[in-house]
Parts: sequence; structure tokens; C-alpha cells
Amino acid sequence: MAKHINVSLIGNPNTGKTSVFNLLTGLNQQVGNYPGITVERKAGICKLPRGVKAHILDLPGTYSLNASSLDENVVIEVLLNKKDKDYPDVAVVVSDVENLKRNLLLFTQIKDLDIPTILVINMADRMKRKGISLDIPALEKTLKTKVVLMSARKKQGIDELKQLIAEYKKLSVEPCVNASVIDKEYFEGLQRAFPNQSLYKLWLVITQDVNFANINRNTIADASEFHTKKKSDLKRLQQKETIKRYQFINETLKQTQTVDIGSASGLRAKLDQLLVHKVWGYLIFFAILLFIFQAIYDWSTYPMDLIDEGFAWLSESVKMYLPSGALTNLITEGIIPGLGGIVIFIPQIAFLFLFISILEESGYMSRVVFLMDRLMRRFGLSGKSIVPLISGTACAIPAVMATRNIENWKERLITILVVPFTTCSARLPVYLIIISLVIPNERVAWIFGYQSLSLMLLYLLGFVTALGSSWLLSKFLKMPNKSFFVVEMPNYKWPLFKNVAINVIEKTKAFIAGAGKIILAISIVLWVLASYGPNDQFSKAEAIVTSQQAQNLDLDLEQAIASHKLEHSYIGYMGKAIEPLVAPLGYDWKIGIALISSFAAREVFVGTLATIYSVGSEEEETIKNRMAAEINPISGAPLFNLATGVSLLLFYAFAMQCMSTIAIVKKETNGWRWPLIQLFFMSGLAYTTALIAYQILK
Amino acid sequence: MKTTLAELKRGQSAVITMFETDKIPLKLLEMGCLPGNEVTLLQVAPFSCPMYLNINGSHLAIRKEVAKQIEIELI
Repeated sequence: MAKHINVSLIGNPNTGKTSVFNLLTGLNQQVGNYPGITVERKAGICKLPRGVKAHILDLPGTYSLNASSLDENVVIEVLLNKKDKDYPDVAVVVSDVENLKRNLLLFTQIKDLDIPTILVINMADRMKRKGISLDIPALEKTLKTKVVLMSARKKQGIDELKQLIAEYKKLSVEPCVNASVIDKEYFEGLQRAFPNQSLYKLWLVITQDVNFANINRNTIADASEFHTKKKSDLKRLQQKETIKRYQFINETLKQTQTVDIGSASGLRAKLDQLLVHKVWGYLIFFAILLFIFQAIYDWSTYPMDLIDEGFAWLSESVKMYLPSGALTNLITEGIIPGLGGIVIFIPQIAFLFLFISILEESGYMSRVVFLMDRLMRRFGLSGKSIVPLISGTACAIPAVMATRNIENWKERLITILVVPFTTCSARLPVYLIIISLVIPNERVAWIFGYQSLSLMLLYLLGFVTALGSSWLLSKFLKMPNKSFFVVEMPNYKWPLFKNVAINVIEKTKAFIAGAGKIILAISIVLWVLASYGPNDQFSKAEAIVTSQQAQNLDLDLEQAIASHKLEHSYIGYMGKAIEPLVAPLGYDWKIGIALISSFAAREVFVGTLATIYSVGSEEEETIKNRMAAEINPISGAPLFNLATGVSLLLFYAFAMQCMSTIAIVKKETNGWRWPLIQLFFMSGLAYTTALIAYQILK
Repeated sequence: MKTTLAELKRGQSAVITMFETDKIPLKLLEMGCLPGNEVTLLQVAPFSCPMYLNINGSHLAIRKEVAKQIEIELI
């Protein structure tokens, strides 16, 4: 079989590169990580004419080959290292017809790398409306490449692109700009020292601190008769290079592109007038947030109730069909409720990712960054922190990764540290179940219920705490604070259904797979701990309870045996051991167990209670009904009353209970120092506020 | 007194004349903020920071501190 053609898709952010990728590969794609780092790696297979297949790699979006983030480093490493399995046979540079000038900068750099390169000019369907016309043959000649006019939105130009990829060997690898004229002497010396290497690759190795083919910065510095330059001189040369390239691009476009400004429509200006308006802009943003939260709470309860009941029913049916025994119990009392605890997340996570990806795709998110920058800076953050803070409402892990485009390290570090305060979707099941137990289901005004208002308050609490902590951190952290804030304001676009759908599916899948493993493992361990005990109190529970309760005929004997067993199981003893610590917060030992198990991942809370309560329970019951029936052994009142409920809500709002977040913070901050500080600060705050709330309300 | 980008009014256009290269991020240059290119101020956030500009056809937002480092000539 013929070898696959390796294709790298490269382009500026907001050029529709992902749409081109989705169009080429369809659903035939895998999302993973590059080895050793947390940069998302998207690859897929595309069928070309005559049975040839292409392996398409969607590289992270970048404005140039001068990398300033981990994501951009990946691009350079893939393009420089011929031995890399992803090293492209052909590079496809995706550009946006309205930003051709800026997009061509990256193209001229790629063209210097000895890689056959195709230029895709995307969003060509907008040309007429924007009054742009292009002389494609002339452009192809000056840029020494093949140009495809494409509209990923209207699915135009895709066959032409596939044809060109299949015939990549015909493409020229000649550079179109000679960048070495910016310092002749220096580059001639460099070439003499490494006669067999491409000059531009060497230059990138020097300026970008990446390795390829056994050459790195230091070997270049050591090479005889060649002396590399100081950092500041290198930066000046990079600027000269950029200027040189722009001269070439301006010259090229002057001859090949005409823009008739008169026929350009002013939709962007009109929308901006409203959306970044000093008053309306903020009101609209707030209304959008309100709408999102209302949707997540109200709309997703229907599928969630179905899932909850579905799993309770499944447990019952499996119990009926399988022979009774330890294995059946493990399945019906450990694994199925545990899985239910994961699946129940899907509606809300999907909704959140849906809204976030619509906001991103439409170009609105950049306007929010613009609106919020000034305000966020008061708290030591950047306008760009708003994206992580909003993504944090889905999951802190992608949110911490989304801080990468914050240029200033201090602002970025503070954002990373406070993001886990925002209400992630893992907190939602905990919030939902407790709110539904302790807050009355009544409505104020027409649509807003007390319950959804409580949820909204919890979200606000998360944001306010995040902002307050960043303000504190910005006062205490002593770091250079140079602001290099540059945000592109992309054109407004209707989000493409396919892009949004693929994004939602991929993100939800990744979340379920990641969290799912932990939850499943913990539910099995919990079941074992709850089903076995260390001593006679457990194994002879039936005899003990029967003799104790002989005269009390009203009592449900089986129920009494079950709870006696649970109390004397391994997990019962563990719960009792920490009861003194959690009793001041209003929790009994069962909630204590749930707290212990949810230190790995907070969403385990509901699953744990499900496992604990369903052990020994015969009737088909949902978790919520079981919790509502729990009685405080001392007062005889329902255990989940307002005081306990609020105390639990506060605890979960503040505590750092997510191993994956700790791991990602360690990775992104290069060490244990910051994740540990974060862990202790957040957990301390959680304990204190929960304690105060319970003592006041009880 | 030289005029800087920070003094531009909404809707006004200018040509970039020069700037202190060390005080400007390379990324801004790559977005087309180079001497000789035209710049228009499109919108400002409250307290006129950040500033929403059209530089050489690219739409971007920068903070006032950076804008102060960029000298312009009004047109």
C-alpha cells in the first residue's frame, strides 16, 4: 500500500482553518495531546483522488513562526524536524481573504522551509460583498506556489485542494522572500558554518530555542568561526525580518489585489457600535450570561431526570436477571450507580460547551475581552482572563490551558490560580442535588425560580471569589508587570453548525473519558469498602440487630441490618474517624466519606452517596429521594436542611477537589509550588466559610 | 511634543511614523503595526483603554500604555 501523504494545516487564528480541517476529514478525526505536553493535537484522514490517502494534521493557530507560547512551539517543532512522524510532505497555509496581508506573513515564512506549500484563500464567498478582487495567476507567480480560492462555509474549492495535495511533488520549494538580506554578513557566516542546512531553519533554531536534527542553539553558538548574537540584537533582527516580509507582501498585493471600499458592507462596524458600546455592550454581555445559566439549569433538568431514573431502573433490572452474589452486587450497587454519576453530566457539559463554542466561533468572545480588559486589570487580571474564567464554568482543565495566550506572566499566573473558583460542571451535580433538597421549588416573577436563582448566586459567588483572590494575589506577588496586550478582533460570522457540533462532541467525550475513569474506579473501591467490614459487628450484623430489636416490631428489620452493616464496614469506620472534623460543619459520617472520596474529583460526591445509600437498599429509588429521607440521628429532623445544605454548597464552591486540575496547574507552572499553595488556600477557605455558615444557620 | 497613538480620537486616522522597538511586542509588528502603515481608531472601551484599531487592514485591540509608545502623524 502506498504511504499516506502527510499534510500540515497551518494558519492564523480566525481564518477558518478548523472548518477546512473538518471539511477535509469529516468525522474521521482523532483528538489527543502531543507527547509530553498538554497541547491539543488534532489529526484526521482524508481520501484523495485515485485511492490515495492523506494524513491531515491541524496545527495550532499562529500569527508567525516567532513562537511566544507552547502551542506555537509545536508548530515550529513539527515543521523543523524531518524525523518527526508528523513532518509534512506538504504544508497547506490557510488564509482569510479579508486579512490576506497579515496572513501572508506566516505564508512567506513557511515558504522558506523547503516544504512544498499550498496557499488556501478561505472565505472567498465574501469577496464580492467586501469589494475584493484578486489576480490569482499573478499571485501564484510572485508567491511561487499554487493558490486555491475556497469557501469552507459553502464547501467550494475542496476538490481543487485535494487535487493539489495529491500532486504535491509538482510544487515549488523555492522561497519567495530572501530574508537573509537583513544582515548579509551574519547569514553568510551562518551558512558557512552549516553548509548543508537550510538557512531559515538555522535562523529559527537560533531565535526560537527549538531543536532539530541534533542542532540546537548551543551547538550553533559553539561552531567555529561563527558567533551568534545577543538577545536584544536578535530581536531587532526579527523585527527587521518582519518589516522586510511586509514590504514584499505590500508590493505583491499592490499588483494582484484590488479593494473597492465603496462596495464593502459595514456590518462589522454596525455590530461593534452596539456590542462594544459603553453601556449596551455590558448589558448585552450580562444578558447573554444570564440566558446561558438559565438554560443550563432549566433545560438540562429534563434529560438529567430521565438519565437518573434510567439508571435506577437499570440497576433493578440487572438485579432481577443476574443470579444474586457478590459480583451482581458489585455491578448493581457499585458500577451502575457510579456510571450513572458520570452520564448524568452529559446534558450540562454539552450545553456549556455549546454556548462557549458559539461565542468563540461568532467572534463575540474577542469583544468580551475588549470590554472587560480595563475592569479585569483592576483585579490584576487581563481582559484575556475572561475566556478562561468563562471556560472554567465548563471545566478548569481546558480553562487553565486557555490562559496560554495571556502574554504577561503575572496576569497569566493569577488567572491560573483563581480559575478553579469558577463553578465548573463537576460542581453542578452537587449543587443541583443539594439545591433541590433544601431550596423550595417556587417561582418569583414569571420565569426565575428560587432554585435557579440560587444556582446563579453560586456562579456569582465563584466569580466574585475568583476576582477577590486575584486582587489579593496581585498585591502580594512581586513580578515585573509589562503589559503586552494584543487581541485580534475577528469578523463576525454565523457559527458553522458542523464546527460547533464536532467541538461539543469532542470536548464532552474527552471530559467523560477523563473524569469517567476516576469516578468508576472510586465507585468500585467504595463499594468494596462499604461491603466488607473488619470485625464481627459487620459479619454478624443480622444476629446482633435481630436480638437488639426483638421487641420493637415496627422497625424495618432489613433496613436496620443494612445500616448497622454500613456503620461497621471499612468505610463506616473511616467516616467515623473524620466525623469530629466535619461535625462542626453539620455533616455526618456518610457525608464525611463523600468528602474524602471527592478530593480526587468533586463530581464523585453524588456517586459516592449513591453507592453508600444503595448498598443494602432493596427498592427502586433515586439518589435524591434517598437523601431527602436521611434523618439526623440526634435531632430527628431531615439531615439535609438549610444549614447543612448551605454549608455543603459553600464547601464545594471553594474547595480544590480535583486531581486533574492540580496536575495541569503543576504542568503549566512548572512545579509543585503553585498547585500546593492553591490547594491549601482553597481548602482552608472552604472549611472556614462552611463552618461559619453552619454555625450561624443551625 | 510628538503625537502618539494614545491621543487619537474615535474615527480619526493617522500614519505610524516610528516607535521604540524594544517597548513594542513583536506580535504587534507581525499584525502589521509598522512605520508607514495607516491606523484608524474604531472604538474605545470606558476610560479609553483598551483601544480598538484598524492597523493596515488588521482589526486589533491594544492597551493605552503600548499605544503611547507609537508615534503617529495625523492625516
